[in-house]
Amino acid sequence: MRDIKEIYADIPHIEDISQHGVYQSKRTKATETFAVRTQARNKVAADLKEAIRNSGLRDGMTISFHHHFRNGDNVVNMVVETLAEMGFKNLTMAASSLSGVHAPLIEHIKNGVITHIETSGLRGELAEQVSRGLMDFPVVFRSHGGRGAAIESRDIHIDVAFLGAPSCDPFGNANGYSRSEEQTISCGSLGYARPDARNAGHVIIITNHIDAFPNAPYAIPSNYVDSVVLVDNIGDPKGIMSGATRYTTNPKELVIAKAAADVIRASGYLYDGFSMQMGSGGASLATARFIRQMMLQEGFRCRFALGGITGQIVSMHEEGLIDRILDVQSFDLIAAESLLKNRFHQQIDSCYYASYLRTAAVNQLDFVVLSALEIDTDYNINVLTGSDGVIRGAVGGHPDTAAGASLSVVVAPLTRGRIPSIVNRVNTVVTPGSTVDVVVTDQGIAVHPDRTDVQAKLAEAGIRLSTIQELKERAESIVGIPDPIRYKDKIVGVVLYRDNTVIDVIRQIDEDE
Amino acid sequence: MERKRLRRSMMFVPGNNPGMIKDAGIYGADSIMFDLEDSVSIAEKDAARFLVYQALRTLDFGAKEIVVRINDLESGLGIRDLEAIVRAGVHIVRLPKTDSAQDVVDCEQEIVRIEREAGIPEGRTGMMAAIESANGVLNAKEIAFSSDRLIGIALGAEDYVTDLKTTRSDGTELLFARCMILNAARAAGIDALDTVFADVNDEAGFIEEVKLIKKLGFDGKSIINPRQIEPLHKAFMPSEADLEKARAIMEAIAEAEARGSGVASLKGKMIDRPVVLRAQRMLALADVDGAGEV
Repeated sequence: MRDIKEIYADIPHIEDISQHGVYQSKRTKATETFAVRTQARNKVAADLKEAIRNSGLRDGMTISFHHHFRNGDNVVNMVVETLAEMGFKNLTMAASSLSGVHAPLIEHIKNGVITHIETSGLRGELAEQVSRGLMDFPVVFRSHGGRGAAIESRDIHIDVAFLGAPSCDPFGNANGYSRSEEQTISCGSLGYARPDARNAGHVIIITNHIDAFPNAPYAIPSNYVDSVVLVDNIGDPKGIMSGATRYTTNPKELVIAKAAADVIRASGYLYDGFSMQMGSGGASLATARFIRQMMLQEGFRCRFALGGITGQIVSMHEEGLIDRILDVQSFDLIAAESLLKNRFHQQIDSCYYASYLRTAAVNQLDFVVLSALEIDTDYNINVLTGSDGVIRGAVGGHPDTAAGASLSVVVAPLTRGRIPSIVNRVNTVVTPGSTVDVVVTDQGIAVHPDRTDVQAKLAEAGIRLSTIQELKERAESIVGIPDPIRYKDKIVGVVLYRDNTVIDVIRQIDEDE
Repeated sequence: MERKRLRRSMMFVPGNNPGMIKDAGIYGADSIMFDLEDSVSIAEKDAARFLVYQALRTLDFGAKEIVVRINDLESGLGIRDLEAIVRAGVHIVRLPKTDSAQDVVDCEQEIVRIEREAGIPEGRTGMMAAIESANGVLNAKEIAFSSDRLIGIALGAEDYVTDLKTTRSDGTELLFARCMILNAARAAGIDALDTVFADVNDEAGFIEEVKLIKKLGFDGKSIINPRQIEPLHKAFMPSEADLEKARAIMEAIAEAEARGSGVASLKGKMIDRPVVLRAQRMLALADVDGAGEV
């Protein structure tokens, strides 16, 4: 046998082409059994505090979370509580979204643990307080695609990601559900956590359920993960998701849904092999039911359904009407279970879904059905602030899908209680009117003036159209014109469009007498 | 007042629910019926009257027929209801618990008085009478003929079955009342309208009942939920084969008229007047649903 040195002697310029010098043979292989190795050498930390200490987190850094546990989430509160105990200050919270359950953050904003928030949505008491000027720095709102792009381009640099996972193995292969026999919580897709896992400086998986290696299939592979923390409670299953999203029986929503489906068919975007995304609101979800009837009548199939996935989409997949499902977020248990059993139900991440830096899935959409809090006469959409100016919503994928889909259909009741949905100027522009094609209300349909092609097709199909101005006037004739909301000068929120340019700001509401 | 028009669906809307009142026009019901009577508790009677009055004056329900069910005159509330809604321009006043022709006459007198006082063209306000007792059913003919303002009579089944000492089941218990009301209405040349079907979630049962009343000859039915409109209208929609036949009949009539002949025939069979009437009604029905409501 030739000595290794002799081999290198034969390689010309070896000192120049290898900056590490020549290979030195050393026996360093592990020889224990796999069973012993998973016990002895794994990434499971003793507790959350140890994982945090090992992460290198320091004051002023950015921490991130996902919102797949929705209003059942316990991870954000648990981690921030621990960080407060450990004395951290001035942290930036970059969550994919925050909801009512995160009200305890208010205390940690007041005591200086959290000084900045970047999120898609804000609800409940935290949102109320932010709207009343709780924070010194404005909350930055991004769409799901915008957040993915910001993380990839380092507009958001995540120092430590704290990612809750219903199943994980000792090396960090994490998923939103489990294939093991033991019951665990299920949240389905972990789509919004994956860009964090891929790009954060340090990744900690927080789980209530450790499976044997390898926990396959996984949403987050172990090579992105630095440590794993086992805790009792990552979230309340009841708040994480309901058993099945039900079709609405609200007659007004059904009227809107039927009209939206008629618009989609007449505009030519319903054909054999089309693609779609349906929002999870009552009317947009009900649109799926009418689309299904039309598909059965015409013998059409859908090539793929995208987005937040509900049981309705799953049942259409299972009856052979939808070929593929691309799932960035599972909205109910049926959707989560479908990921387990349907091989063409694919989990995707938010960059794949909607990043403007890529040819994202939203760019392959024929149509999307979206809801809205307010629509103005320039077709701008607000889904973030209520009629009192208080933050009570989320940007979500709204601007991403409206921009990507060939036909964006926005559904809303013309009036909600005493509030008109169609107004002169929305409180907050979230989705620009130039990306909105059709507005469908219970009392009329308006098509964006630039979409003369759609106007012509709908007219040809005998669908009566109104102008957006007429719809606004009709709303005002029913409920009158509300007094304008009074704001103070202080900016409490900055809304970024999906390319991370500023599209609007949210000001502090003025409640002084 | 439009005496003859399509009244397949007459949708009850509680008079004390502003949300439902403002949206009442969007569902495609032929007539909207705001209720001041049984769906409004005694404590809310004034508020409901005020609300319906304002709704009639301010909201635009397009070409829909607007009906208001008032409280009976004996209660003392009925007069106040009339004072408000006649002035607000209601199309049709629905009188509940009509037991005799005198009930209709009494109500009409009040309407005449209010129309005069308010300077409204006399006769503009139409009426319909709901029959809800054994006595009323036996007096159906006199009730149907009691006023020129009557556009129709209706069956109110809940009170009626109680009066009969029975409950609602498969419709057997209502057969006599339905036939009486239908024949009285037809004799007087006005509409016959059927009672509500209360279980909104039993769509199959609802369709069954609609098929039955259509077979009997009713013009339409009261409904309590917008979800019932589509199946109701669908059941009243003539089939394509029937429509084709109706079109052929009307063509044959036109052809005969062009020839100056009084007698038309189709495939060797003479077309007589009832056949033409049925064909006209059928085409009118089909036309309405083709109009494409938003």
